[in-house]
Amino acid sequence: MTLKTTPLNAAHRAMGAKMVDFGGWDMPVNYGSQIDEHHQVRNDCGMFDVCHMRVVDAKGDGVRAFLRYLLANNADKITSPGKALYSAMLRPEGVVIDDLIIYFMTEQWFRIVVNAGTADKDIAWMKEQATVHAPNLTITSRDDLAMVAIQGPNARVKVWEVLPQTRAATENLVNFQAADCGEYFIARTGYTGEDGFEVMLPKEGVEAFWYALNNVGVKPIGLGARDTLRLEAGMNLYGQDMDETVGPLESGLAWTVDLKSERDFIGKAALLANPPTKKLVGLVLLDRGVLRGHQKVVSAQGEGEITSGTFSPTLEKSIALARVPNGVQIGDTVQVEIRDKLLNAKVVKYPFARNGKAVVSL
Amino acid sequence: MSIPADLKYTASHEWVKAEADGTISVGITQHAQELLGDMVFVESPAVGRKLKAKEECAVVESVKAAADVYAPVSGEVTAVNGDLDGSPENINSDPYGAWMFKMKPDSAADVAALLDAATYQVVVDSEAH
Repeated sequence: MTLKTTPLNAAHRAMGAKMVDFGGWDMPVNYGSQIDEHHQVRNDCGMFDVCHMRVVDAKGDGVRAFLRYLLANNADKITSPGKALYSAMLRPEGVVIDDLIIYFMTEQWFRIVVNAGTADKDIAWMKEQATVHAPNLTITSRDDLAMVAIQGPNARVKVWEVLPQTRAATENLVNFQAADCGEYFIARTGYTGEDGFEVMLPKEGVEAFWYALNNVGVKPIGLGARDTLRLEAGMNLYGQDMDETVGPLESGLAWTVDLKSERDFIGKAALLANPPTKKLVGLVLLDRGVLRGHQKVVSAQGEGEITSGTFSPTLEKSIALARVPNGVQIGDTVQVEIRDKLLNAKVVKYPFARNGKAVVSL
Repeated sequence: MSIPADLKYTASHEWVKAEADGTISVGITQHAQELLGDMVFVESPAVGRKLKAKEECAVVESVKAAADVYAPVSGEVTAVNGDLDGSPENINSDPYGAWMFKMKPDSAADVAALLDAATYQVVVDSEAH
């Protein structure tokens, strides 16, 4: 199978990237050292090629009402222009189709950003639902757009060095808010637990933008560090921490699901009918080793499973997200089976690190 | 790709150095460490453990993945490199200096029969896409 490429493929190779097959995309895993890249983002800033993610525009009268019904989180929470909302999109059975971000631009336009591997099924689902509930809406996959994430404490300043014309419109953005600056759509969002921007722009311009950022000292960061950064920040990864076999409440996403209001949404009835028996917690390994996805967790309350595990460069310990029985409590010690040995891990409240610092207490 | 001519190799990417005292030092190659990326954990075999050739006997873990290390020949473990507990990244910075364990091989002929540098180069090249 031929791998899909982003418009930055040649730039990655020119910058010494080690390329891997990431869900059918030829993507950079690192440009040398994954750990150095991780610290680079926590301490300064770095840039990520996220062109494989998909931008979708939902336009037309009634788009807010449609999203209010389509998504588990409530689109009514975002009322000021550019404001963003993180949500799960569920099947009627209450399982997770994808997690995504919606941006409220106008009452006739919401922008949606979805995961790469799920984009086609997401769009098909949205269109199917729109046909029934909001036939006058247009749902457009913006395949003409590219996306670069610039993350880290110095990220915004570096973007303004390259795009000074966007500074006035983006300087006062609060966290989780975007501005439409014509050619550039700039959002103060990300997947690292650091400050920064995600910039959407026409594909034709993205390579020049990438090199311009590099020229002002922004280093490229691979998918390897992207994963350790998001895991330290306690952010779920679709396909690992949740998928179509689990619901949002057992995936650490209860904070994004409003079951108390009158609002109906796809999946709500199933969530109410099936209260979760498991929950997502953080683990920090106390013994020596590395936690990895699918390792078995043994607790007094029963078995669980690690959904994502890695070595945390910030904590210099191994950390994980794990789905465990509801009775497991923060502060408990559980065992994780690694190569036939049971190693001790402490149950913690995540995130593990944010804004350059460890935030988990042991 | 660095493959020192004075060492022996396995197709599973261990290097083997014959020491003056008749033991061998074992580590993983430059190629192997590059595939794995930043090392964060090493699990060594116990000193005194008797190993069979190609037996899984140690584990190296990078941020990205865990990989087994195999005994290059049959023999007994005589020492492990404790420095790697605190500094597993030495495997990245100096793969041929960062030996993982030493063995007393059952047979010197087994060691002589391991791959030479030129043959190991062919193994590495055949893996490149």
